[in-house]
Amino acid sequence: MDRRDAAWYVDRVAQGLIFAGGISAIVFIVGIFVFVTKEGLGFVFGPLQPGEFLTSIAWRPTSNNPTYGALALIVGTASVTGFAMLFSVPLSLGAALFIAEFARGKTREILKVLVEMLAAIPSVVWGFVGMSIMNPLIIRIFDVPVGLTVLNAGLILGLMAAPIMTTIAEDALKAVPDSYREAAEALGATRWEVVVKVVIPASRNGLLAAVLLGVGRGFGETMAVLMASGHAINLPTSPFDSVRALTATIAAELGDAPVGSDHYGSLFTLGILLFVVTFVVNLTADLVVRGVGKK
Amino acid sequence: MDSGARGDHAIETRGLNLWYGDFQALYDVDLTVKRGIITSMIGPSGCGKTTMLRTCNRIIERLGYVRTTGSVYVLGHDIFGDDVELVQVRKQIGMVFQRPNPLPISIRDNVLFGFKLHEARLRRVSAAEEDEVLESSLRQVLLWDTVKDRLDKPATGLSLEEQQKLCIARLLPVKPAVLLMDEPCSALDPAGTEAVEELIWKLRGDYTILIVTHNMAQARRASDECVFMLLGRIIEHGRTEELFLAPEHSETSDYIEGRYG
Repeated sequence: MDRRDAAWYVDRVAQGLIFAGGISAIVFIVGIFVFVTKEGLGFVFGPLQPGEFLTSIAWRPTSNNPTYGALALIVGTASVTGFAMLFSVPLSLGAALFIAEFARGKTREILKVLVEMLAAIPSVVWGFVGMSIMNPLIIRIFDVPVGLTVLNAGLILGLMAAPIMTTIAEDALKAVPDSYREAAEALGATRWEVVVKVVIPASRNGLLAAVLLGVGRGFGETMAVLMASGHAINLPTSPFDSVRALTATIAAELGDAPVGSDHYGSLFTLGILLFVVTFVVNLTADLVVRGVGKK
Repeated sequence: MDSGARGDHAIETRGLNLWYGDFQALYDVDLTVKRGIITSMIGPSGCGKTTMLRTCNRIIERLGYVRTTGSVYVLGHDIFGDDVELVQVRKQIGMVFQRPNPLPISIRDNVLFGFKLHEARLRRVSAAEEDEVLESSLRQVLLWDTVKDRLDKPATGLSLEEQQKLCIARLLPVKPAVLLMDEPCSALDPAGTEAVEELIWKLRGDYTILIVTHNMAQARRASDECVFMLLGRIIEHGRTEELFLAPEHSETSDYIEGRYG
């Protein structure tokens, strides 16, 4: 009996397409990794002086006597992301708690839609907000000479990272079986006690993953940070200092760096650094969600 | 009837109607549950047994679209009254659910969950007292010897039977007067059912127990009084042996003989 009718072929083709779709994610990520390392490794094993790269703040790739000290860029990215998280984590987790545990009916639906819309705002628009709204506002409120600072970029980045953190944290809270809440309520817990003593501990991994993904989002963001941070090479000592981020440096300089030059290679080295950091952060988030290391 | 007389009964409902949205699930229920005995509720699926049970500690209101009329008195207090605190109602009434639902925390924390919740509002509790409460609660449910070496392990790792016993144990430290049990054995195997039933029987006298069951043999074995419900109404309520041997209503006898349900 020959079973190779039309349906059999359709099934085969569909299988093939779906397989190709599934495998493509792996192909792309490996491809990007190979490309970035290929362009960067020549520099890493050639002119790069690791001591200078990690400890000097002198990033002068176009000078006659170029130096490639990335410390200020690393600290810039870290300070902006750190500041963003400082303000965004409580905001996002609070929003997720309210949406998942307290809001009902229409309120909840409207809030969910609004949070998702927040995620759809292009980053250049955020950067625009940072430059033309936050900048004068910060100058006026804090009476400082410049408003394009860690504070400005951190706030903008915090708002940008908030939707993804809120959505993932909300999913984590939703995943807590309702029978836990019911059990605790039947034992006489108030709604707040249910949230604090049962729901949050039960969703701890998911909440942590939400935060880590927010951190990853912060590290990788380019345009808004470029526009709002001041883009000045500087080790910040207060939130009112301008800084320059790793991502912003690549975006701003790559177009002017001749392909194959040391400058070009050094920018790809920054790319490798970013790639490794975000990869580790995301992998950690993923492992945390799966509960690796859970007691 | 004055409230003094009401205090003699563990649970008393008068003219209780309940709606889920537009669907009426309880019709004019007058139920009196005596103190210190086990009362079972039987009836076909969807007859309102579980609804009835869940109304007694107002956990039914979690659904949000529930409306009630009439009154429910627990130990003489109108639980729908303005001056009644839900937390206090639930302290008086413990509930055991169909599927064992231990919280995803350690065995110790599960048993002490309600205790800490209620006692910590009033006073400081010493670690020694906690240990004592923990041990006595677990002993009462015959679980102490099984779990005493793994009190800090997650409760979700226990067998279903042990989980259900634990769910009973965690009610005891707050000293409830009434235990509501919603088909507590339906998720258990026969051996587990027997063990939990034995435990329920052991708690008789110390607690008023209202137990919903699908299993008529269980109702017959394990209860003093029996309530038969059908389509949201109480059809018959009497001593268990009388209800089973000589039911007054034909619906009851038909159900008991297995003609429907």
